[in-house]
Amino acid sequence: MAKVIVYPPTSMILSDLVERMGHKALVVPEAVRKLATEKGIDSPPLNVTPEEPKKGLRYAAVDVPSGVRGRMALIGPLIEEAEAAIIVQDPGCLTGCAGCSRTNELVRLLIRTKGVPILDLSYPTNDAEARDFVQKIRAFLEGLK
Amino acid sequence: MIRIAQLSCGSEYSGIQKEIERAAETVGAKIVYPEVTLDDILSVEKTFGVSVASGDLNLAMARAVRIVENPDLADAVVVMTCFRCAEAAIIRSEIRKFIHEHSKIPVLSYSFTERTTAETLLTRMEALVTTVKYRGLLAREKQTGLTAGIDSGSTTTKSVVMRDNKVIGTGWVPTTEVMKSAEDAFQEALKMAGVKKEEVSAVGVTGYGRFLVGKHIDAKLIQEEITVNSKGAVFLADTQKGPATVIDIGGMDNKAISVQDGIPGGFTMGGICAGASGRFLELTAKRLGVDITELGKLALKGDYKNVAMNSYCIVFGTQSLVNSLSMGKKPEDVAMAACHSVAEQVYEQQLQEVEVKEPVIMVGGTSLIEGLPKAMEQLLQVKVTVPPYAQYIGAVGAALLVSGLLEG
Repeated sequence: MAKVIVYPPTSMILSDLVERMGHKALVVPEAVRKLATEKGIDSPPLNVTPEEPKKGLRYAAVDVPSGVRGRMALIGPLIEEAEAAIIVQDPGCLTGCAGCSRTNELVRLLIRTKGVPILDLSYPTNDAEARDFVQKIRAFLEGLK
Repeated sequence: MIRIAQLSCGSEYSGIQKEIERAAETVGAKIVYPEVTLDDILSVEKTFGVSVASGDLNLAMARAVRIVENPDLADAVVVMTCFRCAEAAIIRSEIRKFIHEHSKIPVLSYSFTERTTAETLLTRMEALVTTVKYRGLLAREKQTGLTAGIDSGSTTTKSVVMRDNKVIGTGWVPTTEVMKSAEDAFQEALKMAGVKKEEVSAVGVTGYGRFLVGKHIDAKLIQEEITVNSKGAVFLADTQKGPATVIDIGGMDNKAISVQDGIPGGFTMGGICAGASGRFLELTAKRLGVDITELGKLALKGDYKNVAMNSYCIVFGTQSLVNSLSMGKKPEDVAMAACHSVAEQVYEQQLQEVEVKEPVIMVGGTSLIEGLPKAMEQLLQVKVTVPPYAQYIGAVGAALLVSGLLEG
């Protein structure tokens, strides 16, 4: 079993595909769940605590907007943990969205510079492409075993 | 309960969402999020005019469209995005303009950091709520009876006594101990007016020390300075009908308020660095060895172009000041450069966030430093009006508004 980070990091479709193939998907909802249960934050449905933007300084400098750093406090540790990655280009907000384009750019950069195996895919626009999309993900994940 | 619609990007991930909600609660409002459909977001380019790469900004724009189409959804709007995000800064400004142009809902625009607290937002939220809650009172154009106003500011405390729409007494003292300064300024105004404290029907209080002073003297009106100052400004400048822009460069922070028929429509309140405040001019006067009241006249004789001055930070601004003097620059040029630098910062950082419509009225003690309104005129390329009693604007606004409360 490998730890696989997906991009967009909130994608439930990609997360599901990774889990079905017996790997661990590293996704934001998981990070939020961990924060809410293990750290016992008392403010659901809020996803972060006021400390998160400071923790995000590990991934982005202080002159980077606080919203980017707060998001990175959740996504950054997932990237650190990742042993493989699936990146879907131009996914559209329906596939999963961090809400902030600067965060998306930084996440892609950090994944690509980490040096783990990466599967790059375009978002499918028709049925045939969708089948091919799933097949490629399956083949990539099987190769990780 | 006043409903403030929040259109924002990044507030939750900056860890300040609770602070926003706490500030709203403190002023008797609640934050609401207008619901939109997925189609509203996907078609935002068509309805709003643009879509951007960041999903949360598209959501904020879709919500703005929804509010404009259904104004009953909210009483006021707050547009908030992360400080230092260029994409968000453009959209924040466009959302503000969009709502301003297509509805009568008051809008507050603010860029936050993770250090933004409920206290930072309180005055702004209070002003937003006041413009909704007390619209009738704010529409008031005349002062009646015998009332007084106290403006407990960060640098000076001002007081006026008004009778039947005229200022009959004024008091102005530096703020030291908040209560004592308020008492001294009030006594000064009473003395000049020739009336006794007991004769005054009601007192209105504004400024930083408003809660403390207001409680102490049992004020009938305790109100933030944004609504009070804009009321005082249009009253004294005799521009209560139609649009106006009020600029108040204070000792600690600055306000730019867009006013329509005497009621604030949009405003910004800034104060990131003292280099853009009256404090820098105070420091300049001290360094030049002139009294602050003489700085403006000196500046009028100078040309800012002869001195390289940038007061984006009060420390570096002071360094520019010292350097220019040691290079033999004329004091009048240095004085004007300091005025220009302060005006330029307000122009660049705050006036871009409100609709600047004529007449432009400058108020507060700094407006009496003649070089400052002149510098603002040069930057805006419009005539800037400094009304009589400009330094007492908050106290006048408070005395005027409190007289309205007496009539129920």
